[in-house]
Amino acid sequence: MSDFLLELRCEEIPARMQAGARAELEKLFRKEMSDAGVELGDLTVWSTPRRLALIAKGLPERTEAVSEEAKGPPEGAPDQAIDGFCRKAGVTRDQLELRDVKGRATYFAVKNIPGRAVKDLLADAIPAIIRAFSWPKSMRWGAASSSTESLRWVRPLSGIVAILGEDLVECEIGGIKSGYGTKGHRFHGAKPEHDVTGTGFTETDVPHHPGTITIGGAHDYAEKLRACHVIVDHAEREGIVRSRASAAAHDAGLVLVEDEGLVVENAGLTEWPVPLLGRFDENFLEVPPEVIQLTARTNQKYFICRDKQGALANAFVCTANIVALDGGAAIVDGNRKVLAARLSDARFFWDVDRKKTLREHAVKLGNIVFHEKLGTVAEKVERVAKLAEWLASEGVVPNCDPALARQAAELCKADLVTEMVGEFPELQGLMGGYYARAEGLPDAVADAIRDHYKPVGQGDDAPSAPVTVAVSLADKLDTLRSFFSIDEKPTGSKDPFALRRAALGIIRLVTDNGLRMRVAEGDLLDFFADRLKVQQKEAGVRHDLIDAVFALGGEDDLVRLLARVHALQAFVGTEDGMNLLAGYKRAANILKKEEWLGMEGEIARTGEEDPLAMVDDPDLAPVVAAKMAQRHQKELSYTAEPAEKALIDALDAAEPKAANAVEEEDFAGAMAALALLRAPIDAFFEEVTVNDANPDKRSARLDLLARFRAAVHKVADFSRIEG
Amino acid sequence: MCLQDMILALHNYWGEEGCLILQPYDMRMGAGTFHPATTLRALGPEPWNAAFVQPCRRPTDGRYGENPNRLQHYYQYQVILKPSPENIQELYLKSLEVIGIDPLKHDIRFVEDDWESPTLGAWGLGWEVWCDGMEVTQFTYFQQMGGFDCKPVAGELTYGLERLAMYIQGVDNVYDLAFNKHGVTYGDVFHQNEVQMSTWNFEVANTDALFDLFRKAAEECENCLAANLPIPAYEQAIEASHVFNLLQARGVISVQERASYMGRVRELARGSCEAYMAKEAERWAREYPGWTA
Repeated sequence: MSDFLLELRCEEIPARMQAGARAELEKLFRKEMSDAGVELGDLTVWSTPRRLALIAKGLPERTEAVSEEAKGPPEGAPDQAIDGFCRKAGVTRDQLELRDVKGRATYFAVKNIPGRAVKDLLADAIPAIIRAFSWPKSMRWGAASSSTESLRWVRPLSGIVAILGEDLVECEIGGIKSGYGTKGHRFHGAKPEHDVTGTGFTETDVPHHPGTITIGGAHDYAEKLRACHVIVDHAEREGIVRSRASAAAHDAGLVLVEDEGLVVENAGLTEWPVPLLGRFDENFLEVPPEVIQLTARTNQKYFICRDKQGALANAFVCTANIVALDGGAAIVDGNRKVLAARLSDARFFWDVDRKKTLREHAVKLGNIVFHEKLGTVAEKVERVAKLAEWLASEGVVPNCDPALARQAAELCKADLVTEMVGEFPELQGLMGGYYARAEGLPDAVADAIRDHYKPVGQGDDAPSAPVTVAVSLADKLDTLRSFFSIDEKPTGSKDPFALRRAALGIIRLVTDNGLRMRVAEGDLLDFFADRLKVQQKEAGVRHDLIDAVFALGGEDDLVRLLARVHALQAFVGTEDGMNLLAGYKRAANILKKEEWLGMEGEIARTGEEDPLAMVDDPDLAPVVAAKMAQRHQKELSYTAEPAEKALIDALDAAEPKAANAVEEEDFAGAMAALALLRAPIDAFFEEVTVNDANPDKRSARLDLLARFRAAVHKVADFSRIEG
Repeated sequence: MCLQDMILALHNYWGEEGCLILQPYDMRMGAGTFHPATTLRALGPEPWNAAFVQPCRRPTDGRYGENPNRLQHYYQYQVILKPSPENIQELYLKSLEVIGIDPLKHDIRFVEDDWESPTLGAWGLGWEVWCDGMEVTQFTYFQQMGGFDCKPVAGELTYGLERLAMYIQGVDNVYDLAFNKHGVTYGDVFHQNEVQMSTWNFEVANTDALFDLFRKAAEECENCLAANLPIPAYEQAIEASHVFNLLQARGVISVQERASYMGRVRELARGSCEAYMAKEAERWAREYPGWTA
């Protein structure tokens, strides 16, 4: 058993690609080894900006010999068939064996695959892995790139270390031969013996431009690199960034604002991370803290700090890749200057933007095309303003001042044309909120401008302030309706205008705030139904129950719909619910088998293609109801059996109860009314023969089952419920 | 180190490394990449190593001489190495030492930054090189130019000279840079230029004349292409590109029109590259057997 080390060295791999590259290396290595029949034990994959490394512990020296058999055509089959079989099995015709299979001589291909030295397998596997490696973006380089067939890698590949035990696994790809040698840190060499500074370096003896390091094998790889200032384990570097950045803040009496994304990114940019704290001019703190954080984070990859009271402090933590001779003073000073230049740009934008009111800024929205078929952003804003005002004045959004809703909507997109949002598009909304407050607009308006994009993701809270809700809802409704009106609907994975997110936002706004409104109609309502199913699935609501309620038709009030679905879910979870569902299905099956359309069918037999189409027609509903009632009251021509009578009585009692409860949106009450039917329907099936020889009895009983089915349908379409 | 000594040091260094030291191209352009020594020479199989300073003009970046960092006219130092040598990163790092940046005192980093120029139909992968958090160089392996695969790939290094000089001299305002060792500052040389050019770019430039110039450059480019003269055609593409930038600065190109102007410039640049390739194809085929576009 031997341990295997593979290192693929290249020029700086983008930090964001390193985690994916580790997974890809592991996946490809496992596949190569499994195809070759090598069992793998412990596998470790590491990355730095300049290398990917893999260590596989305990590989065998050789693979076992295996024998593979394949059954082919019988003797005397056409030559073509036999040749084809040989090709597929990878044998020649004279290697075929004839064996008896149930009395027929049949060809068999037997391949004896001898065991191979794992070292040889690896020598084949490494170039195959490199060739098959998939990077988000890859490139050609150097003289070999005279052909577009040349090797591709994320950046130029510069070295391969491949050692099994202590033996070199010899391979070559793209002119790069495997070897024992690798490179340490780009700027630091071996660690000096007398470390007086505790930093790994003496003042006078700083190694520079290291040569090649010779690796013995998997056992000494990480430590030899460490001695040359490379921490090859990314998780260890991440830990260093995390703890030392935090310690640097703590030492300055501050608290680091934790940011796992920055931890991983800085660890991916360094082989020897050294977090350093610097200060910037306090005067910049007059710029909104989000702007400072964004500037520091996205442009410079710095952490920021808060003081003990939680306010943003004038400090940043950058992560250097060297232990500098001067302890990092020059590095900190350089980074401070870069940040200062960026913050002065930000302060300039902040000052310039505030010289105009949002209404003055908004004039420019007339020059921005929202969509070529949907006019300018200014036109969209006017539609949103009208809608927001209406939502408020109609009381759809309760306790909302229509004038404020209109004002906030009119200004909600104005920050898109400010300098700050031009530079930092992520700050849309937020900056509008700041600018609104700065010009003295009411808080409700400033909050609405700030928050009207919300909710943006799963974890994001839906707004609840009335003016904000009105603007946010109006903005999203307008977007959806506008794009649906020009037939720009999401298809498959394509949703260029983020309409799914808009629909989800509306669902959240409406349901979280209990807003009673008709959200949509036609195909847009179907779109909402789909979104609702996805959204509710995550909340643990069954999609078939949503279907069961949507199938009733015409339900465009999401709050009412969900109340009904929730009650239904609670009900089908009870024993009564499950049994009623079983009874329903049995009744429905009988009616289907007998092609019994019942009352509804009779009324509907009017030449419509769908015999039940008219039953759902709201205009016909009273007619149907009257006819049904009439029919129900019709005296039976025979004496009902007790169980039959009991079901009739139960329906007589349950129907009005359920109807009233539905009317009052007391869906739990409606379910409770249905529950009254459970025992009678069970008893009915138990004791009464539906298909009686007497046609009067048969028809009356089928009618009774149809009536039962219809009663259940008043609450939900149970045929959509699974199970 | 003063600005002119930096340039001399880089010339010396790259000259010793085998680069031709070329002079700036005598046309207005937005980036050193437009220099024919980069764009056109990145095409085809011939090795090409050159270094030069290229003045760049970005009219919309003008700040009337009032911003300490932004200029509408500045210098790029550009190195093009084709095919990209194996030790290109080491060569580059040594060039930083030559102008006084000690990599054990300053934090040098290669941070992902891919490059794309839609107007040139070009893209490449590479980094922005950071020195203590400041971007000092764009480092790109060209993969395509003018819509053609680069065969072989060239490495392009673009140093921002003013930024680097500000860093090396520890100066916060570009106009305070020492241009030479004898007391002449960058401001002495360029401040009035920035003030006047910003005014012209933003306020005075005759837009009718500029629209006319754009049209004429485009027509002349096509005239040259018809005459199978790719180099003069490419010059007209450079001209059209710059005039477009001026029109942008004057704010007379609407959002909708913008895309179509850029598309026009791209057509001209691509057409010139295509003609350049076609014109050289026979010689390349002769001198580089087996090479194909």
